[in-house]
Amino acid sequence: MKLTLGLAQINTCLGDVQANLDRHLEFAREASAQGTDLLMFPELSLTGYVLQDLASSIAHRASPDDPVFRPLLKASRDLKLDLLVGFVDEDSRHRFFISAAYLSQGEVVHVHHKVYLPTYGLFDEGRFFAWGDTVRAFDTRFGRMGTLICEDFWHASPPYLLWLDGADLFLFISASPGRGLSASPRLESAHWVEFINRGYASLFTSFVAHTNRVGFEDGLTFWGGGTIFDPNGDLIAQGPYFEEALTLAEIDLNQLHRTRGRLPLLRDERTGLVQRELARILGEERS
Amino acid sequence: MKIDLTINTDLACQILTEFLRNEITRSGFHHALVGLSGGVDSSLSCFLAAEALGPKNVTAVRMPYKSSSADSMEHAQMVIDQLGVNSITIPITELADGLIDQFPEMNDRRRGNIMARARMIVLYDQSEVSRGLVVGTGNKTEILLGYTTLFGDSASALNPLGDLYKTQVRQLAAAMGVPKVIIEKPPTADLWLGQTDEGELGFTYAEVDRLLYLLVDQRYHPRDCVEAGFSEDFVRGVVERIRRSQYKRMLPLIAKLSNRTVGYDFLYLRDWGT
Repeated sequence: MKLTLGLAQINTCLGDVQANLDRHLEFAREASAQGTDLLMFPELSLTGYVLQDLASSIAHRASPDDPVFRPLLKASRDLKLDLLVGFVDEDSRHRFFISAAYLSQGEVVHVHHKVYLPTYGLFDEGRFFAWGDTVRAFDTRFGRMGTLICEDFWHASPPYLLWLDGADLFLFISASPGRGLSASPRLESAHWVEFINRGYASLFTSFVAHTNRVGFEDGLTFWGGGTIFDPNGDLIAQGPYFEEALTLAEIDLNQLHRTRGRLPLLRDERTGLVQRELARILGEERS
Repeated sequence: MKIDLTINTDLACQILTEFLRNEITRSGFHHALVGLSGGVDSSLSCFLAAEALGPKNVTAVRMPYKSSSADSMEHAQMVIDQLGVNSITIPITELADGLIDQFPEMNDRRRGNIMARARMIVLYDQSEVSRGLVVGTGNKTEILLGYTTLFGDSASALNPLGDLYKTQVRQLAAAMGVPKVIIEKPPTADLWLGQTDEGELGFTYAEVDRLLYLLVDQRYHPRDCVEAGFSEDFVRGVVERIRRSQYKRMLPLIAKLSNRTVGYDFLYLRDWGT
């Protein structure tokens, strides 16, 4: 089975959800015209990233009666295009989460709440947002997938959990501020993210797609450069750095069969051992 | 630890020009002003602004004082000619001397600060004339050392050089084609005759940039810098300079009274809504 995966590398208007929604629909129409099956948008693609005190005023619910999700769900049905979008989710208890919603054929298939909120260095997410507390794979018409948001995959455990939960395609989305200028033609932050995504694809013999936004917010620059790695860890597509772009790649899901036949890392993963040792380690920490 | 301050100049130029273009146009402006002294910092800012907006959308403002060196004016003219930016020359002598002459005992520091602030007044006035934004020229070294005049040369709408050490400013300036004579001359605020930055500071930029890189970028403890080969006095002096000048890197303190106060818990980026 093959699917055409699209990475939308967009710039966003800080706090202007309507303007960002319009941009999503433009990209969705363009991607659909080019035969895309699944289009991924960056972290907080509907809102902008450094929201601070804007967080509570731009939140939405991923539901058919929400004015922002209604047109997105319609687009997913009319254009026959699955969408992964970034937004701020306000739950029924009025907690605000950095979130990603997977939409398909007019339905909300899955919502992920970011589980790692960086609150160090230039980041201050933990001050403004609630911490998600689940990491779950989900079924789509293209197979089982998992989605994570930026800092989530700087930690090794969420991708590992998704792998064990059955995800064969990892959809990672970021609003990653560029940092670490050196003699290299690539920023250190870009180098690091590409390095670990290649690592996850190789270690989990899975597809790993990543899209990252572009543009500026005050002095922060977002570097784009989305990537798709296949189960061998080979790069099959990359978006440009710093520019808005729609990057498409055809993914051959049969590559999972071929790679895992050669390299049975998933088959041999000793989850019982992990569970026993983790229980022992956490037990020791408590005592 | 190998201290390498080399930067990829293509990448730096790309990010900084896009930063200027993006942040100036999203706030509704299309024009930039640079106070051009003829030194390497303001020359580089002028080059970046011209690259970002096109030379016709940049105005270089020369603001000599009666004691300014002739070299400064000439070097600024070289940059103006090379880039084809708009230029205007507005001497600050009368403006500054209006105050200076009232205090015959005034020392160099006071006089220098008045000149720097007089230039700020001229620059912001001109920004109203051309409906543009003032592009800053302060580099990371001088910001960290507090080697600036508060509300003087440190005043700007946005600053493309603030995260580049002086050493890196020179590197980027060379790559972008700033005339060699400007890059190689001794840095000076040109506030009085014979003044040089390095003479006044007591160390060279090349030395202090390496130390700042360890202290700030690599988060070295001062004692680890000594272990890395820097003299104890030098390290102590620089650390103290950074601490003492923290106020220059912040907005004025506001005493908190209400439940929501600007700067503490009223938090929005400048790009809010754009």
